Amino acid sequence: MAPKVKLPKPGELSQIDFKTPATDWMDTPVEFKPGTYCWGAKEKDLLTLGLPNPRQWSPADEDWKIPEGWESTILDGIAERLSKYRSFKIFMDICVRCGACADKCHFYIATGDPKNMPVLRAELLRSVYKKYFTKSGKFLGRLAGARELNMDVLKEWWSYFFQCTECRRCSVFCPYGIDQAEVTIIGRELLNLVGLNIDWIAGPAAACYMKGNHLGLEPHAITGNIESMVDDIEDITGIRVNPTFNRKGAEIMFVTPSGDLLGEPGVYTCMGYLMLFHELGLDYTWSTYASEGGNFGFFTSNETAKRLNYKIYAEAKRLGVKYIIGGECGHMWRVLNQYMDTWHGPADFLEVPVSPITGTVFENAKSTKMIHISEFTADLIKHKKLNLDPTRNDHLKVTFHDSCNPSRGMGMLEEPREIIKAVCNNFYEMPENTIREKTFCCGSGSGLNASENMEQRMRGGFPRANAVKYVKEKHGVNMLANVCAVDRAALPALMDYWNPGVGVTGVTELVANALVMKGEKERTTNLRFEDLPGKGGNE
Amino acid sequence: MKVLYSFITVIVLIIVASIGASIANLHYVFGIIIPYLAFIMFVGGFIYRVVKWGRSPVPFRIPTTIGQQKSLPWIKQNKIENPSSAFGVIVRMAMEVFLFRSLFRNTKTELREGKNGPELSYGSAKWLWLGSLFFHWSFLIIIVRHLRFFLEPVPFLVQAFENVDGMLQIGLPAIYLTDVFILIAVTFLFFRRLVVPQVRYISLPADFFPLFMIMSIAGTGILMRYFFKVDLVAVKELAIGLATFQPVLPTDIGPMFFIHIFLVSILFAYFPMSKLMHMGGIFMSPTRNMMNNSRMVRHINPWNYDVEVHTYEHYEDEFRDKMKKAGLPVEKE
Repeated sequence: MAPKVKLPKPGELSQIDFKTPATDWMDTPVEFKPGTYCWGAKEKDLLTLGLPNPRQWSPADEDWKIPEGWESTILDGIAERLSKYRSFKIFMDICVRCGACADKCHFYIATGDPKNMPVLRAELLRSVYKKYFTKSGKFLGRLAGARELNMDVLKEWWSYFFQCTECRRCSVFCPYGIDQAEVTIIGRELLNLVGLNIDWIAGPAAACYMKGNHLGLEPHAITGNIESMVDDIEDITGIRVNPTFNRKGAEIMFVTPSGDLLGEPGVYTCMGYLMLFHELGLDYTWSTYASEGGNFGFFTSNETAKRLNYKIYAEAKRLGVKYIIGGECGHMWRVLNQYMDTWHGPADFLEVPVSPITGTVFENAKSTKMIHISEFTADLIKHKKLNLDPTRNDHLKVTFHDSCNPSRGMGMLEEPREIIKAVCNNFYEMPENTIREKTFCCGSGSGLNASENMEQRMRGGFPRANAVKYVKEKHGVNMLANVCAVDRAALPALMDYWNPGVGVTGVTELVANALVMKGEKERTTNLRFEDLPGKGGNE
Repeated sequence: MKVLYSFITVIVLIIVASIGASIANLHYVFGIIIPYLAFIMFVGGFIYRVVKWGRSPVPFRIPTTIGQQKSLPWIKQNKIENPSSAFGVIVRMAMEVFLFRSLFRNTKTELREGKNGPELSYGSAKWLWLGSLFFHWSFLIIIVRHLRFFLEPVPFLVQAFENVDGMLQIGLPAIYLTDVFILIAVTFLFFRRLVVPQVRYISLPADFFPLFMIMSIAGTGILMRYFFKVDLVAVKELAIGLATFQPVLPTDIGPMFFIHIFLVSILFAYFPMSKLMHMGGIFMSPTRNMMNNSRMVRHINPWNYDVEVHTYEHYEDEFRDKMKKAGLPVEKE
């Protein structure tokens, strides 16, 4: 492993060179600069998952230990995926290289590296597709934009498909809807055929497979962590909430990303869920087996994603619940919205979700039987079922970061905003081109939130951070709300780097701070044990 | 270099066409055989490509949602950009195909040094949208106008298009607006590719070639209408002969015509094997032509196969003692 590298100062990172290289992109070799790439996947994790070519290797080495004959493995893999995915075929064939996507990618904006333009990232794979799967590429070669597959190309793929966070922003602007996330997903599948994953994805995916969650928390650790949250809640509110685990016959199973179970500020969001559900008297259970909403398998291959996702329906069936509520997470919701029912449905053992508090029938989830906590909470607020005191959040000036997947792979834009507006008095939107369906990625999505690539993460998050800076300077925004566990893990570092003084919170944490619970003592602190406005000495 | 290759190719094609045009014996080849071959390659190739795309399934429902989803009754859904009905998809596709909706969103990212550090801004950038819209619509209208050569009597709609197109009535014969627009638009698209460094960097010879071809086709068309006039009655005789599969070769059509029809033939033959197939592909793009209703209706993946999973039983077997100690219920004691 390479030595730890020093993170450049923000002033250096924001010096971005948009000049195109002197050499054509096919002649410009890929560079592996420490701080900008992730470690290679570990042997043990690939063994756990049964993925090809498990071995110890490092991207910094010349020899990546790829088995003989890997070229045909990749080419067969391309052929198979062309026959399985119309999206892949069409996206390979119809790009006109108009360049509309180019400056829409956060990694291109922040690196100026043309291979980070979505069009060129796709071209890295398209050039090989042309060479081996089209007549024009076979005969005209480079004139048609075709090139041979070789080790340099493979390394280039690995570099750039793990510099894409599958955020789909390019797809919004493409006149044909070409989605680089789809190309990256398939590119990563191909790389995994020869054992080229990154540690930060393969590790959590293996842990999730065996232990039920990315963090590898064993059952007693999950209950232990939640118990300590319960203690904190009691200290703050005087109320002892009483969550249950793996309980058969509960009405609802709750699944959230395991990032909410460990580390700040995720745990505060988790405390928020516990308080909200307790206050409602919800008949719900946690599961230690299906203890992960997120899915790092989705960043590996369709099959791995499906294998990890299996637990959610299987556990709901075993416990005999009626429906499922899912916590705040980004890619988790793309998977639940666009993949889960297709993989493991029909969920005919569940019932169409009905809020036991308001009676609202969630027709939009009548097949998957899984609803988002923000949909559930927005409904409660609309029906005035929560006693809220938004002044408890008066020390916060909040802005909302739409996570890529809930916005562009689902369209959940208004629900969290309705909630925030009900629980906070100071809410400010970031500029129009940086929110909702045009939101910018945190720079760490799709499994890239490792520590060894911190420089690249700070770059990738620059457009997001810059938009936060705008509202920070204009309105004094000091809190960045979101509905994503990766955001809660990644954005604090991003804010500390670009916008010191801006905190990060889940939406449900804001709800819980404003929530006046029945029989609670007078709160003097928020969930972070910080003095509430007007209640402490530090006002 | 990339520009040069394409340019030279088109020049060579024009020279070949000129030779064909200047040797009367070759007129049958250039006026009848090559157009037929091109037509077969175009139609056959187009169908082949579309069928080939269609043979691959759409395993997952993956629309790019560009607006509010359908969820709670009082939250206003964006029924077009996040459609949950077939009607919504049709409107979305129509806006994409006829108005280039997504390109209309285009912005230009700029980085500048503000007083408190770097500032990114995203300005409106509508030129590509405008240029493309003018280009494609002009192209379509020009093709419709050309139907007057193939049809007798000329249908009302074709005549109407032509009248509107020539409504400025400048010059004789009247100048068509679309001729002007397509030349301006295609020149814009060409210079954009050449001048904007990023676009130049991603461009391939295959991106310049169609532009040069279309420029040359429009150019020869205009030349023969206004400057090197050809015998229109003869052209129509030939066109109707082609359309009715009773080809006749009138004499003395004029050489410019043969250059024009040869370039058109090459472009049509080239079409299905090139990026120009975006014309067909847009209709089949899964991120645009699907409803976002995957939580309401189960989408079926025809190749969905069983995978190896880690079952609850495996899990409990591994952690039973720890679960019991933590007070968790277990299936087997």
